[in-house]
Amino acid sequence: MKLLLENAHIEGIRYYDAYRKHGGYRSVEKALKMTPDEIVDEVKKSGLRGRGGAGFPTGLKWSFLAKPEGVPRHLVCNADESEPGTFKDRYLMEFLPHLLIEGLIVSSFALGSNATYIYIRGEYAWIPDILERAIQEAKNNGFLGKNILGTGFDLEIYVHRGAGAYICGEETALIESLEGKRGNPRIKPPFPAVQGVWMRPTVVNNVETLAAIVPIINMGGEAYGNIGVGKSTGTKLISACGNLNKPGVYEIPFDLSVEDFIYSDEWCGGIPNGKRLKACIPGGSSVPIVPANLLTKTAKGETRYMNYESLSDGGFQTGTMLGSGGFIVLDEDQCVVKHTMTLAHFYMHESCGQCSPCREGTGWMWRILKNIEYGKGKMEDIDLLWDVQRRIEGNTICPLGDAAAWPVAAAIRHFRDEFEWHVLNPDEAQVRNYGLAHYADRREIPAL
Amino acid sequence: METIENMANTEVQFSEQALNKVKEIIHRYPEGKQKSALIPILHLAQDQFGGWLDVPVMDYVAGLLQIKPIEVYEVATFYTMFNTKPVGKYVFEVCKTGPCMLNGSDDIIKYIEEKLGIKPGETTADGLFTLKPAECLGACGYAPMMQLGKFYKEHLTREKVDQIIEQCRAGKMELN
Ligand SMILES: Cc1cc2nc3c(=O)[nH]c(=O)nc-3n(C[C@H](O)[C@H](O)[C@H](O)COP(=O)(O)O)c2cc1C
Ligand code: SF4
Ligand code: FES
Repeated sequence: MKLLLENAHIEGIRYYDAYRKHGGYRSVEKALKMTPDEIVDEVKKSGLRGRGGAGFPTGLKWSFLAKPEGVPRHLVCNADESEPGTFKDRYLMEFLPHLLIEGLIVSSFALGSNATYIYIRGEYAWIPDILERAIQEAKNNGFLGKNILGTGFDLEIYVHRGAGAYICGEETALIESLEGKRGNPRIKPPFPAVQGVWMRPTVVNNVETLAAIVPIINMGGEAYGNIGVGKSTGTKLISACGNLNKPGVYEIPFDLSVEDFIYSDEWCGGIPNGKRLKACIPGGSSVPIVPANLLTKTAKGETRYMNYESLSDGGFQTGTMLGSGGFIVLDEDQCVVKHTMTLAHFYMHESCGQCSPCREGTGWMWRILKNIEYGKGKMEDIDLLWDVQRRIEGNTICPLGDAAAWPVAAAIRHFRDEFEWHVLNPDEAQVRNYGLAHYADRREIPAL
Repeated sequence: METIENMANTEVQFSEQALNKVKEIIHRYPEGKQKSALIPILHLAQDQFGGWLDVPVMDYVAGLLQIKPIEVYEVATFYTMFNTKPVGKYVFEVCKTGPCMLNGSDDIIKYIEEKLGIKPGETTADGLFTLKPAECLGACGYAPMMQLGKFYKEHLTREKVDQIIEQCRAGKMELN
C-alpha cells in the first residue's frame, strides 16, 4: 500500500493541474474546516513517528508547542537531508513537490504558523526552483497567501537554502543557520517548542513527516494508525544504496521482511553479480552496522522486518535502528574497516567543533581507522578506538557525537576479527579485502 | 543610514537584478531579522563574483545586511559550499563517502586526478578545473556521482567523466 508515492509516476504530477486532478489539496479543504486542536488529535491518533531519524511521535511533539499571546509561531521543514545513505526527501521534493506543500499548509494551520520555512541543503540547488514553482501555483489557486479558502488563515512558505553542513540537520543548528549564523547546536532547554527561531516557539519536522500529514487527514488518524505493525504506523520511505541491483527510493509497508526488501524483484532485486551479503547499515550512517546473519534474523532467530521495533530488536548488542531509512548494503567484497573509515571522516568533517569530545574524538577515530586500514595499525589501536568512541557517546551538546561513535562501536563489536586481520596482515590488507572470512568459524553462513 | 540604494558606489556591486533579488530575500524574514538572509545572499554573491567570496565581497554583503563583517566571515568559513579562495570555472565535487565508495568513487577520483593532472583540492593551470572531494550529497543510490555547478552528474563511469570534461572544455557545460 502506498500513501505517499502512489501518484509519483503520473505524467505532470510535479505541476498543480495533474496533482489537483488526482486528489491533491483535498486535505487542505478538509483540515481548514477543522480546529487546529482537532488536527493535532488526528495526528496523535495516527501514531505517526518523525521520519527524520529519531522517530519521536509527531502529534506529541506538536502538542508541546508553546502558545504565548501575541508571539508568532513557526513551522520549519527540515529538508537538510545529509545523513549518508539518505536521499528520500530529495525524491519527494523533486517529484511530488505539491505533496510537501500540501502537508505544510495543513501542518502550519494546525500549529498556527503564518510564515513557514523549508530549510533545504544547499547542494540540492535545483530543487528550490521546483518548490518555488509549486508554491506559486498553490498561491495562484488560493491555497496559499492571504485568507486561504476564505477562512481568514494567512500563510507564506519560503524556501531557505543552506550551504553545506550536515550539522544543520540537527534542529537547533538548523535554527541557528536559519538566523544567518554558523550551525552550532544550542544547549537544550530551552527547546525549540518554547524558544526556536528568532526566540519564537518553533516546530521542526522532516519532509517525509510533513508529507505524511496529507494521507492522515484524508483517511483519518485512526485509519492511518491501523496500517503498519505495532508502533510503526503508516508507511516509510527507504532510500536503498550500496551493492544492490536496484538501488533507489521505495515506499515500504512495515511488515516487509528485510530479506524480501533486499532480494525480491519487487524491491531491490538482490545483490549484483550474484555476490553474497556481508553487512548492512539500515537507517543511515549513524545507526549500527549489522552483519548479514543479524540483519535478516534477530539474535533469537526470528525474521527481521523493516520497522522500528524489529530492526532495533536486541538493542545495540545485536540490533540496529530504522533511523532515517538510509539503507546501505555491503557485499562480500567490501571492507568494513574502510567503510567505517569514510564515515569517521564524514563525522570529523561535519563536527561543528563546539564540544571537545566530538571535535577531538572524531579526528582521533578517523586517524586510528586510517592507520589500521592502511596497514599501520597496532593491536592496541582497536582498544583505543573502542575507548575513544565510548568517551564521546553521551558527553556532547548534540547527538552528532553519538552518531559518530555508534558506527565505530558496531563495526568493532561485530567485525573485530576484520580489524585484527588488518593489523596482523598489513601487506595483504593492501591488496585484498577480508571478505566473508568473518563467518568462517560460525555455523550460520549468510548464503541466502 | 546606509540603504541598499546608497551602497551603489562601492567597488563590488550587485547587478540591478541581483539587488532586487536581495530585497525580495530580505523580505522573507521578519522585520529586523534581515541577518537571516545572509546565507541565501552569499550564494548570490558567490555566483555573481567569480565563484568565491573575497573579503571585499563579504564586506559588501555585510553592508547590505547592516551587520558586522565578522558575522559574514564566520558564516562564510563555516559552510563548505562557500569558497574563500579562488576556484576553477568547473569545480568537480566528487562524493567519496561510504555508499559512493562501495560503488567505485575511489576509481573515479583517481581517474580525474590522472586525466587533469591535479590532486584533490587543486586547480588546473588553465584555471578551468578544480577537484574537490565531497561528503555525501544525497545521491547515494545513483553512485558514483559529483556535483558540478547547480547540478548532479550521477552513475559516473570513466567514459562519462571523459564526456563531461570534453563538454566543459568546449564551453557547453551548463552550470546554472
Ligand atoms: C547531526 C544530526 C543531523 C540531523 N539531520 C537531519 C536531517 O538531515 N533531516 C531531518 O529531518 N532530521 C535530521 N536530524 C533530526 C532533527 O534534529 C530533528 O529531530 C528532526 O528534524 C525532527 O523531525 P521529525 O520529528 O519529523 O523526524 C538530525 C539530527 C542530528 C543530531
Ligand atoms: S556534538 Fe559535535 S556537532 Fe554536536 S555540538 Fe558538539 S561538537 Fe558540535
Ligand atoms: S555517499 Fe555519495 S552521495 Fe551519498
